[in-house]
Amino acid sequence: MPYQEDFLLRAYRSMRTIREFEERCIKEFMGGNIPGFVHASNGQEAIAVAACIDLSDSDIIGSTHRGHGHCIAKGCDVGGMMKEVMGRSTGLCKGKGGSMHIADIDKGMLGANAIVGGGPPLVNGAALAAKTLGTKNVALSFNGDGSANQGTTMEAMNMAVVLQLPHIFIYENNGYAEGTAANYGLGCDSLTDRNAGFGMPAEYVDGNDFFATYDAIKVATQRARDGGGPTSIEAKCVRFDGHFIGDPQLYRGEDEVKNARKTEDCLKIFRARVIKEGWLKAATMNAIDKEIVAEIEKAVADGLAAPRPDPSTDLLSDVYSSY
Amino acid sequence: MSTVHTKGTEMTTNSNDAKIGGKTSIKAYREALNDAIREEMRRDPTVIVLGEEVSGGAGCDGQDDAYGGVFGVTKGLMPEVGRERVIDTPISEAAIIGAAAGAANNGLRPIAELMFFDFIGVSFDQIFNQAAKFRYMFGGKSKTPMVIRGTVGAGWRAGAQHSSILHSVVTHIPGLKVVMPSNAYDAKGLMVQAIRDEDPVIFLEHKVMYNNECEVPDEQYAIPFGEAAFPRQGKDVTIVAISNMVTHAIAAADILAKEGITCDVIDPRTVSPLDDEAILESVEVTGRLVVVDEGNPRCGLASDIAGIVAEKGFFSLRAPIRTVTAPHTPVPFAPELEDAYVPNVDKVLAAVRDVLGA
Repeated sequence: MPYQEDFLLRAYRSMRTIREFEERCIKEFMGGNIPGFVHASNGQEAIAVAACIDLSDSDIIGSTHRGHGHCIAKGCDVGGMMKEVMGRSTGLCKGKGGSMHIADIDKGMLGANAIVGGGPPLVNGAALAAKTLGTKNVALSFNGDGSANQGTTMEAMNMAVVLQLPHIFIYENNGYAEGTAANYGLGCDSLTDRNAGFGMPAEYVDGNDFFATYDAIKVATQRARDGGGPTSIEAKCVRFDGHFIGDPQLYRGEDEVKNARKTEDCLKIFRARVIKEGWLKAATMNAIDKEIVAEIEKAVADGLAAPRPDPSTDLLSDVYSSY
Repeated sequence: MSTVHTKGTEMTTNSNDAKIGGKTSIKAYREALNDAIREEMRRDPTVIVLGEEVSGGAGCDGQDDAYGGVFGVTKGLMPEVGRERVIDTPISEAAIIGAAAGAANNGLRPIAELMFFDFIGVSFDQIFNQAAKFRYMFGGKSKTPMVIRGTVGAGWRAGAQHSSILHSVVTHIPGLKVVMPSNAYDAKGLMVQAIRDEDPVIFLEHKVMYNNECEVPDEQYAIPFGEAAFPRQGKDVTIVAISNMVTHAIAAADILAKEGITCDVIDPRTVSPLDDEAILESVEVTGRLVVVDEGNPRCGLASDIAGIVAEKGFFSLRAPIRTVTAPHTPVPFAPELEDAYVPNVDKVLAAVRDVLGA
């Protein structure tokens, strides 16, 4: 078989963990246990996992406001993540970041980013460090169809080509820039074609197909490690939830999401493929599902029991290394 | 008095700094900065310089290292360490700052040049939303050791978009440190500290000062942030001035000394962190405060320092605080207008006489 069993199990576990984490976040947010603004990535799991599954902790990713899936795929601790989105002092960022600024530098996760287009220039920096220090590490930025139209993103793409940086620009095209159609906000017909115009290889893949996405990103990552510079990969996907949790999504067509959940669910597509090919058994995956439900249940319970930050000590700390 | 200074401006001796041993040379502000960066690049291979024409001539048929930065501060670095470490970028300020911030979190110590600091506008998100907030948002886990250099200030007849000083804008932001040397000695020591510092540092060089000379030690030395210098000492009036305004404050103090009025001139050198203790201690003695700042008056450094003294040193005051600032206008182009815009010695003298009731 073309993929190792261990690889397939890791891929499935990671995707399933993201799905469960996001669905629980929606539930806990609606129940009042998560403050602030939260953007769920359920439906888009395949891209996050396909992009990160081969990366080491020394490879860097930069994420977006819809960043939980990228964190999990990059190996961030889900317990620490749940505490963070709940604003607890034992969270991944001591409760100072929250869902939109969640990060774990030790895992090579340079942060979610609440500024659309905020990440690509920073990921260029991670790629520049890799190039300058000769580490052979790569850097990936996750972008949406919305951030594709930010000037910062375009500056970063141009600079990545000029300096031949090991940076893979991944565009998760879920069809919506917040509540506006992606093809309304794009002035040309194809984002991939436009990105090719920057002077880098640009691929379009079905982001609901884990394997197609993985294969494309693997080529791009190897090219970057070998000094071949940046690549753009646009992956079509479906956002199962709103722009933010609680978004009434009046702009979406009737039954659009319902139908997508039936026919364009990347997890279902993955399961069908591996069962059809005889690569994994349904029972094995069902057992993983049970473990993950228990793991997220525990993350929620631990999160709700975790201490809250103490304003007398935590408010003023961590602004500077020294001041 | 002209606002464009040339060689021979009187040096300021910083009496509170430990004396640096060894050989000294007369160096211009520009050379002192170049020495600091060059030596740090030799000492530490993770230090890189990036920006527009920080070397110059990239991809051109003519001379290499044609610019060395628009004011020549980084001239000669590229031929020594190569284009891998002195990186000419496209004209993309947001991408320059972002690359520096991302690289700083991944093992480099970048010095990013914004050329004219007015260009902070097109890169501001990467500075205040990204680099400045990383450490706090990430729960203290990240380090962003980067320097953002920019040339500031009026005096070159460069008009509204190349003459702003804007230190108050960045001083307002938690997570940033803001450095404004007023002479070559401080420029070198503060640049060394800025490069070695673990936090993002905004390093603002006044464009009329690049040729100003003073005695500068040949060896590397770091001046700690948050420690003011006292270029003149006195007991009648405290004058706090920053960057090129220190030049005017010293000139005013020297004129007044001949009249028997002694001024305590304080140069904070860094405005974030700010040595407010030095200012408060001085006002305790003098009871009178004049703050001289090239920035615009509203929500500016002058009103900030006046506010600190009003809040913490009110009972030391024997006269209302006076601020000398630029007016609430953009920097004008015409020489007559620009000269009227920038605070000068006469305005400082008038303010000091006013607080003395003289």
